[in-house]
Amino acid sequence: MSESTLLKEREKQIFTKGKDQHEIICDRKSLAGSVSQRACVFCGSRVVLYPVADALHLIHGPIGCAAYTWDIRGSLSSGPELHRLSFSTDLKERDVIYGGEKKLEGSLMTLIDRYNPKAAFIYATCIVGIIGDDVAGICKKVSQSKNIPVIPVHSEGFKGTKKDGYKAACDALFSLVGTGSISKILPLSINILGEFNLAGEAWIIRKYYEEMGINIVSIMTGDGRIDDIRRAHGAKLNVVQCSGSMMPLAKMMEEKYGIPFIRVSYFGFEDMCEALYDVARFFSDEPGVFEKAKVLTAREIERVYKVIKIMGEDLKGKKAAVYVGGAFKAFSLIKALRLVGMDVVLVGSQTGDKEDYKVLKEMCNPGTIIVDDSNPLELSRFVLEKKADLFIGGVKERPIAMKLGIGFCDHNHERKIALAGFEGMLNFVREIHSSVMSPVWKFFPRYNKKCGLL
Amino acid sequence: MKIVTQNACQLCAPLGASLVFKGIKNCVPLLHGSQGCATYIRRYLISHFREPIDIASSSFTEETAVFGGEKNLRQGLDNVIRQYEPDVVGIASTCLSETIGDNVPSILKEWLKDRSVESSIRVPELVQVSTPSYSGSHSTGFHQTVLALTSTFAGTFTEKEESCDSHDLNLFPGMISTEDIRNLKYWLGLYGIKGMILPDYSESLDGPAWYDYQKIPGGGCPVESIKVSSRAKLSLELSGTLDDDESSAFWLFRNKGVQAYSLPQPIGIDLSDLFFSRLSDLSGRDLPDILAAQRGRLLDAYADAHKYLYGRKAVVFGEKDHVLALSVFLEEIGIIPVLCATGEGKGLKSAMDTCLKKPEEVEVLDYSDFDEIEKRAAALSCDLAVGNSKGYKLSKSLGIPLIRTGFPVHDRIGAQRLSCLGYSGTQLLFDRIVNTVMEEQQNSSPVGYTYI
Repeated sequence: MSESTLLKEREKQIFTKGKDQHEIICDRKSLAGSVSQRACVFCGSRVVLYPVADALHLIHGPIGCAAYTWDIRGSLSSGPELHRLSFSTDLKERDVIYGGEKKLEGSLMTLIDRYNPKAAFIYATCIVGIIGDDVAGICKKVSQSKNIPVIPVHSEGFKGTKKDGYKAACDALFSLVGTGSISKILPLSINILGEFNLAGEAWIIRKYYEEMGINIVSIMTGDGRIDDIRRAHGAKLNVVQCSGSMMPLAKMMEEKYGIPFIRVSYFGFEDMCEALYDVARFFSDEPGVFEKAKVLTAREIERVYKVIKIMGEDLKGKKAAVYVGGAFKAFSLIKALRLVGMDVVLVGSQTGDKEDYKVLKEMCNPGTIIVDDSNPLELSRFVLEKKADLFIGGVKERPIAMKLGIGFCDHNHERKIALAGFEGMLNFVREIHSSVMSPVWKFFPRYNKKCGLL
Repeated sequence: MKIVTQNACQLCAPLGASLVFKGIKNCVPLLHGSQGCATYIRRYLISHFREPIDIASSSFTEETAVFGGEKNLRQGLDNVIRQYEPDVVGIASTCLSETIGDNVPSILKEWLKDRSVESSIRVPELVQVSTPSYSGSHSTGFHQTVLALTSTFAGTFTEKEESCDSHDLNLFPGMISTEDIRNLKYWLGLYGIKGMILPDYSESLDGPAWYDYQKIPGGGCPVESIKVSSRAKLSLELSGTLDDDESSAFWLFRNKGVQAYSLPQPIGIDLSDLFFSRLSDLSGRDLPDILAAQRGRLLDAYADAHKYLYGRKAVVFGEKDHVLALSVFLEEIGIIPVLCATGEGKGLKSAMDTCLKKPEEVEVLDYSDFDEIEKRAAALSCDLAVGNSKGYKLSKSLGIPLIRTGFPVHDRIGAQRLSCLGYSGTQLLFDRIVNTVMEEQQNSSPVGYTYI
């Protein structure tokens, strides 16, 4: 592929360790025409709030935004499944002319009567502000009439990046926190933030903490319930995973309710252990918590490491490319891949910040390429250049890998296999092992120029 | 119309536009709006076709929304051209750019003027279409984009293009699978007809493994062919539900005097006979032996399987064009399409009244959604669902099997290769339907029959 495919304006968002000196530019709006892998503000809000299972999620706008996000995440619920339905005000031309407020109000009243939700999130999409709808006003009116929280989410697609959507979602959640009773909350209690219960991952994590004697007040937002969120201010600590999305909420809760937070990750042995130990350290006054954590981690690692080690023999020396939404996940993946002897040759994120990229620079081996807000032409070029055997990403990265004959692991929000926790690590290694070791790749043109399209 | 849409049975217009542009040779789609539109649509299409699908965006910001999208569109065009070196850029608007009132044609005109002075950038052909998602569906966007391509390029050929690229038939297939597009090409070959298929994403969205990343995957309808489409003898449009002013075939008839026919998608014997008879008329050849043999085998299979199907009650859903042809086919094999639904606007009912033998047995829902479809399907005791994979929820909760066809199919491999057109495609669809029914009967019997 020719050099011309790299856009000059993006040069500073690409960095090769050991070769380049510049600071990685990030936190930028996507460049027009660059074919970014990012979505928009609405997407950020939608993915964060989506797992709240007993809330009504109404998307105010033309039909596309709701249609493309119907049942989009693998977030499981142990009870209600209202989150898996797609509701849209489906604005038409005449609504654009005359305004969509009446339709919004009518939709809300109809849906609340039918589904009896604990709260409603109203997502404003691109044109809502432009046609002048007073979403907040309608929400207030309906909230009073139906006596449930009806919360506007300011998620107009163009008003920033996906990160701004996370912030809007945090604002929406924050408006609920503090409105429930905390009288029955036990002293050893935490909130888990930024865990979305993909394939039941939140249940795995909850089990670990509970074994340590820790109580979970709320999980935001995996298997989420409005009533739990309302009493989240009663917890002693916020444990924040996916910090890219949930830090604004953790900071707001610290400021208003004095609840400290720690950043954790549940991917890989190292980070999973730290996530448990950090919480144990926080409750160090309480006897036995740390010991329980130690027992748990030792038992779990012993249980799964045997299997991982065997698969690791096959994976040793293979090369991996990682392109994910948040950079914090990338840190964990680098460590997890190292555990099985794999080297990360390309790593990038859609929404990493300066600090994140500093950490990545330190973590990576010389020669590794680091990218911010990348696109298919860059990613495909770098995975080929670096001779990657595995690509870890989401739906939009999958065909890039598979077309070129590279193994793939979906680590995005659509995954159906739990990758968090100790058993998640086992699943993760199984996933990459079964893709990298598949016999099908030998037929691919990169290994065998005679077949396929050269 | 409903106050709220629950589980939509449609997508938005820019998706249809993107799909059509992927079927133009060496073309990159560029959506003029928020970054999310392009990314969501990519994700949705990728999950169906399982191919890399690059769609550019002019990536609106707050500033763009206030001051207009000119700067972003120009920058988007420049970057797409620098990265992809396309022959054509297809620009589709979105609800955002339409609502703020961007005048895309005039922005493009200005850009072209400036670019013709600066020689550093190779200027591709530009075509633009207005596809706000508040008006129509993905299917509307699809047809509008075909019409935009036709009305932009037809008749603008050079002498060389006229001599090299002219053809006899303009074939507008509508939204069909990549496999069925390949079949159409094969059939034209059997008849010896030189034809243009617009759009043709049969290779670009169902290609082989690659050695290197293909910036723009091969295949696609060449713009040169669209230019000379005004010289063709006949236009065939596979729809049956379009108004004249939405139809590219009729546009060519009105403006260029090319004879035009609109037929439903050729699913089943009746509709396939109709389609192939048009090809016979055009070419002066009888039904080729290969197709006659396929027709014979299909008919033979109809006899073998008829008892399993008679009187079954199906719910059919999806795009109007597909629902129309499917229901005609189901009626032909003895299944009553008791409920035919689309998320799109009107047009289905009148087409069904014309095409079905017993339209009185059929309830048609337009502007519908899966919530309503599920309710009505339960009330009508449907025992078979035929349509795209978004009907899975309905099929699961009603406990009736779903035969996947159309777009999207997000929960199976091989959606690109699902064929249902012509005698051969009908045969495949027919076998799938019958075997679904037989499997259900086998599984529900405690005996465990090994002969059925």
